[in-house]
Amino acid sequence: MNITFKLFASLATYLPDHAKDNAVEIEIDSETTPNQLIERYHLPEREVHLVLKNGVFLQPSDRDVPLKHLDVLAIWPPVAGG
Amino acid sequence: MSWTRKLLRVNLTDGVIREEPLNMEWADQYIGQRGLATRYFVEETDPTCDPLGPDNKLIFATGPLTGTMASTGGRYSVITKGPLTGAIACSNSGGFIGAELKSAGWDMVICEGRSPNPVMLHIVDDKAELLPADDLWGKSVWDTDKLIHQKLNDPQIRIAAVGRSAEAGCLYAAVINDLHRAAGRSGVGTVMASKNLKAMAVRGTQGVSNIRDPKQFMHVTAEQKKVLADNAVTGQGLPAMGTQVLMNVINEIGALPTNNMREVQFKDANKISAEAMAEPRESDGKPNLTTNAACFGCTIACGRISTIDQGHFTVENKPEYWGNSGGLEYEAAWALGADTGVGDLDALTYANFVCNEDGFDPISFGATVAAAMELFEEGAISTEQTDGMELRFGSAEALAWCAEKVATGEGFGADLGLGSKRLCEKYGRPELSMTVKGQEFPAYDPRGVQGMGLTYATSNRGACHLRSYTVASEVLGIPEKTDPLSVDGKAGLVKAFQDATAAVDSTGLCVFTTFAWTLDNIAPQVDAACEGGWTAEKLLEAGERIWNLERDYNMRAGLTGADDNLPKRLLNDVAKTGPAEGKVAGLDEMLPEYYQLRGWTTDGQLTEETRSKFGLPA
Repeated sequence: MNITFKLFASLATYLPDHAKDNAVEIEIDSETTPNQLIERYHLPEREVHLVLKNGVFLQPSDRDVPLKHLDVLAIWPPVAGG
Repeated sequence: MSWTRKLLRVNLTDGVIREEPLNMEWADQYIGQRGLATRYFVEETDPTCDPLGPDNKLIFATGPLTGTMASTGGRYSVITKGPLTGAIACSNSGGFIGAELKSAGWDMVICEGRSPNPVMLHIVDDKAELLPADDLWGKSVWDTDKLIHQKLNDPQIRIAAVGRSAEAGCLYAAVINDLHRAAGRSGVGTVMASKNLKAMAVRGTQGVSNIRDPKQFMHVTAEQKKVLADNAVTGQGLPAMGTQVLMNVINEIGALPTNNMREVQFKDANKISAEAMAEPRESDGKPNLTTNAACFGCTIACGRISTIDQGHFTVENKPEYWGNSGGLEYEAAWALGADTGVGDLDALTYANFVCNEDGFDPISFGATVAAAMELFEEGAISTEQTDGMELRFGSAEALAWCAEKVATGEGFGADLGLGSKRLCEKYGRPELSMTVKGQEFPAYDPRGVQGMGLTYATSNRGACHLRSYTVASEVLGIPEKTDPLSVDGKAGLVKAFQDATAAVDSTGLCVFTTFAWTLDNIAPQVDAACEGGWTAEKLLEAGERIWNLERDYNMRAGLTGADDNLPKRLLNDVAKTGPAEGKVAGLDEMLPEYYQLRGWTTDGQLTEETRSKFGLPA
């Protein structure tokens, strides 16, 4: 199955070179969880702050739930604006 | 104390300038800047006065920490009755002139009346004078700045000025200081121009020497700077990415108002984001973002300094726009971009430069252009009004054209200068205006961030994100994460943010510190600087007092609880995409609880009990 994986701000450097607009389509198996992707892409733990699945915030405790086909997983380090 | 304990009163009608002692009893209750200046304003002006008449006053106010070594202690505010809203207006700015004014020995400057001819206020320490400014009238902010520096032969003088848009009566004109920092919202620049006051030029050489406990102040400000440096947001995120990092975040959560708030997600959000600003251009290999920048005393440095691609159509053969200048912040990029459907980063940067050059608020401007585009697409206006320009969503040409028109007030620029509310009323479609109390929305759709709906509806200066930035909690998890799609607990959250922000705004510090600091971090700094035994509790109480005073003024000015409302589009039309799909803004579910928490009546009026609790003026 396929999902869209997005990394923003300082995390963008962890995306593969062919990523476009901070996003990459990836193929995963049905057991893959957000935490496994965070590990697979070597994202530093303290930079993983805002984790959104389909735009909805995932609490740390929800990041071990497997993703579904066509899900969009987007991650930011701690950021703010105004 | 770190108040200078004196203010400058400038009567523009008769040209008399005099010094007055600061009311220290009020300073103890209202701190400084936003709070203290509002207390003076309420005391001295008739709330029913014409905002653009001589009876309105215009106050430039610093806080007790402005000009000190506290991080971000460079802020000042402009307080007046806003012409866009008819409500209290208080616009906060950074840069350097606030600290300069304090260093010249003044807590605030109260301007009253109206000068018969264009003038500028020139302050050098204790000396203040009004100088003729006929030669500056009709000039942009940038030209005015250059001419004043030449005329006074002082490269270090700090200048705040209004541009041609303010002179032309644009109702959302700003006061611009240090070329690209703005007291931006509610038309405070329009009021300044209505008084024939073109500029204020300040040179202060005295520093802020009257700190209550200098040793403790040095210790505690150093300690708190470390907190900012160690925090991932204020130490790394904001300096690297600026506020613009939010563009993709807010689009992803489905709360990015697009095409005059018809949509909640923008297909080109990534093209106008912080990430895009850092990307090298194909043409010259340089990114839009040159560097970050800091205001006086700031250790965060979130400011953006940018360039435009010299080959871009907006600046072709216009070398005056090829250099570095103040770049896009999130709110400006949203209003000029997503809200108008324009995904051209250079066009947005150009429009932003023009907003700075001729002094008008990019939020209200962008949102008004968005409303004009919808009026055009709906057939309510045509090329007959726009000199042939097709005002269509997504048109970078139309955006740049509108900016140039508002800068001078020529042609359709006069209509655009009315703001969204009056523009939509003029062309018979008031429901297309996305405003509260006449002021345009900022960059968060309340259907996707419910607390912001209540924030906008109850803001004392009309729709505004800076009066209670619940996005921090609802989206970013600061200080703790709440659900943006739920209305539960939002009344209390909004009130807490409103009161704390009123206090922070009144100290002279920047509200962006609150991504790392709470009032517990701020209170020891105020207390080391000022007499009065300042604790977090005392600051919060002052914040709540300030909020109620502003509200009281608005009620006396003729506003009612019915003005605590949102446009029907947000209350009735559901979000079409994203996590908020199917949702409307749940204002009705939050407002009664909010009034109750405030101690107001069910129709939003202050009670005698509340007035007495905070010792508000009769």
